[in-house]
Amino acid sequence: MKIHEYQAKQLLKGHGIPIQDGETVSAPGEAEAAVAQVEKSFGATQFVIKAQVHAGGRGKGGGVKFCPDRQSALDNIGKILGMTLVTPQTGPEGRLVRKVMVAQALDIAKEFYAAITLDRSKAMDLFMVSSEGGMEIEEVARRSPEKIVKEWIVPGFGLRSFQARNLAAAMGLEGAAATQAVAMFRKLYAFYRAYDCSIVEINPLVLTGQGELLALDAKINFDDNGLYLHPEVEAMRDLDEEDPSEVEAGKYHLNYIKLDGNVGCMVNGAGLAMATMDIIKQYGGAPANFLDVGGGANVETVKNGFRIILSDPNVKAVLINIFGGIVRCDRIANGIIEAVKELELNVPVVVRLAGTNADVAKELLANSGVAIISADSFEDAATKVVEAARGKG
Amino acid sequence: MAILVNKDSRIIVQGITGSEGSFHAAQCLEYGGNVVGGVTPGKGGQTALDGKVPVFDSCVEARRETGANVSLIFVPPPFAADAIMEAAAAGIELVVCITEGIPVAQMVEVKAFVEKVGSRFIGPNCPGVLTPGEAKVGIMPGFIAKKGAVGVISKSGTLTYEAVDQLVQQGLGQSTCIGIGGDPIIGTTMKELLAMFEADPATEAVVLIGEIGGSMEIEAAQYAKEHVTKPVIGFIAGQTAPPGRRMGHAGAIVSGTDESAAAKKRLMAECGIIVVESPAEIGRTVKLALSK
Repeated sequence: MKIHEYQAKQLLKGHGIPIQDGETVSAPGEAEAAVAQVEKSFGATQFVIKAQVHAGGRGKGGGVKFCPDRQSALDNIGKILGMTLVTPQTGPEGRLVRKVMVAQALDIAKEFYAAITLDRSKAMDLFMVSSEGGMEIEEVARRSPEKIVKEWIVPGFGLRSFQARNLAAAMGLEGAAATQAVAMFRKLYAFYRAYDCSIVEINPLVLTGQGELLALDAKINFDDNGLYLHPEVEAMRDLDEEDPSEVEAGKYHLNYIKLDGNVGCMVNGAGLAMATMDIIKQYGGAPANFLDVGGGANVETVKNGFRIILSDPNVKAVLINIFGGIVRCDRIANGIIEAVKELELNVPVVVRLAGTNADVAKELLANSGVAIISADSFEDAATKVVEAARGKG
Repeated sequence: MAILVNKDSRIIVQGITGSEGSFHAAQCLEYGGNVVGGVTPGKGGQTALDGKVPVFDSCVEARRETGANVSLIFVPPPFAADAIMEAAAAGIELVVCITEGIPVAQMVEVKAFVEKVGSRFIGPNCPGVLTPGEAKVGIMPGFIAKKGAVGVISKSGTLTYEAVDQLVQQGLGQSTCIGIGGDPIIGTTMKELLAMFEADPATEAVVLIGEIGGSMEIEAAQYAKEHVTKPVIGFIAGQTAPPGRRMGHAGAIVSGTDESAAAKKRLMAECGIIVVESPAEIGRTVKLALSK
């Protein structure tokens, strides 16, 4: 799960990690008061206005503005709040900006990068820093990988002081700034572990002209499996930032991701679902979605799956590919028949059922009287659904 | 011969009194495996599976009383990490965890613990292990498989069944099928299992089914290049998955170019793996490889 910058900063601040603080505005009427509060709390005379969306590259799309005075801050809040922000990570459709953060503009002496994530191949968390902050870290990694310095955390031992010192030294920090960095990094890792984060990224981490080290921005992602342990984090979920059909699917415990093709698919199991998307592409079609109905597929899941797939107007045909293991294919077949009858589907549906009771299921489908195109194998199904989507089915 | 489990494996089921645990424990018993007991803290002294097996309070007790050397875990996510460590600490040689949804941070610690104690761990979030005709330790539909000489290692559940089904249609049986799970942290990697299949005289070829995300397939391929003489047939699901999106499995995150399906397939082919382009061609490709 992702959260906004302002939420991430609230959490970090609560754990004693210095941040660039500010106020959030979600309606134009709140702008004056928010700016006044930032003036009062931080003695600010210059401001930064930042769009709060779940996408990176906000500056490039015009979602982050420096404002030399109060009036400019108010003008920019007006411009950014309600705009459709297009960044390299939002896709061409962009994101509606529903909230902005007003912060004090700081005197920045130096920018760094700091991040914590899991190194899967080592099965250890990894703390990375770079003296090249404020820019795209992928670019730094490509161009000059030696500028990213890493420390791995031995499970159960946390980030040790010597590791934090190594990181601070690699950033070129000395004296009081290094002391601040050591304390901050250890708190940051403790936060990452305590909150079941999957990413904590501070880019940039800045040293101000006054010698203060703080997080100018913060990106935090959480491991969905760990959310049950942190209801206060779960409460920060912003459904406005998620695809409505994906949110709807989540209510029925369906795993759905919308794509831009025209062949809808409903499959049990994530691996088989991805393989089904792949084979559709190989046979000349384009998948409209990823949909894993999970292990307990029944009449209700099939019905809900159909509803969600067909809420996408691009869908011209649907492929159902179920490999029945514990799930019996005859039950799935009954679910399909009932759903097709009830929902009065107007797109062709190709069904391939294999595994437990597949023969019984095929007979049920054949005798049902509903218009279903039956397929015998994986490739037969792909061929038939791609043809059907082209209108030849 | 086979790997990991066989007809002599003595299996206990942790979480045997829950609905998932009791259903699948019964299926494992029906398949012919030696399910010798179950563990549910606080329910020691009861019996499970219609009185067929005893329930113990702890893994230590279960192992002492039954001589169990394999544990199959169906404990819910909040208690699963502890259950895995309990089994390993009790000296159970092979621990297989089916549970889906264990926090990744806990798995990082579990993996370190299990390695320290010296058990072999498969999963979590996986369909388990099946040695056809001998023992099933997990939730795979046993009837689709057939005894034979192809080893199967897979990150996925139903895609494994699909591959096994295609093999059987080509007249090819399996030595052992292992679903390793698709989570970011798993107990046993593809590389380790590839080494076991290479050493297993009953295995003549290995099918490796991977997904986008992570670098496990690449590590296995590099190992195969140096150490594996048997043909390895590989498939990677997720060519059409959009970068940066999570596709059900946490494992399926494309976080860098080297973790994309195309990059993985290219690197695997460079290491001498026979890479299958279409998921419908897995069975036929193995048949062809074995006929050479």
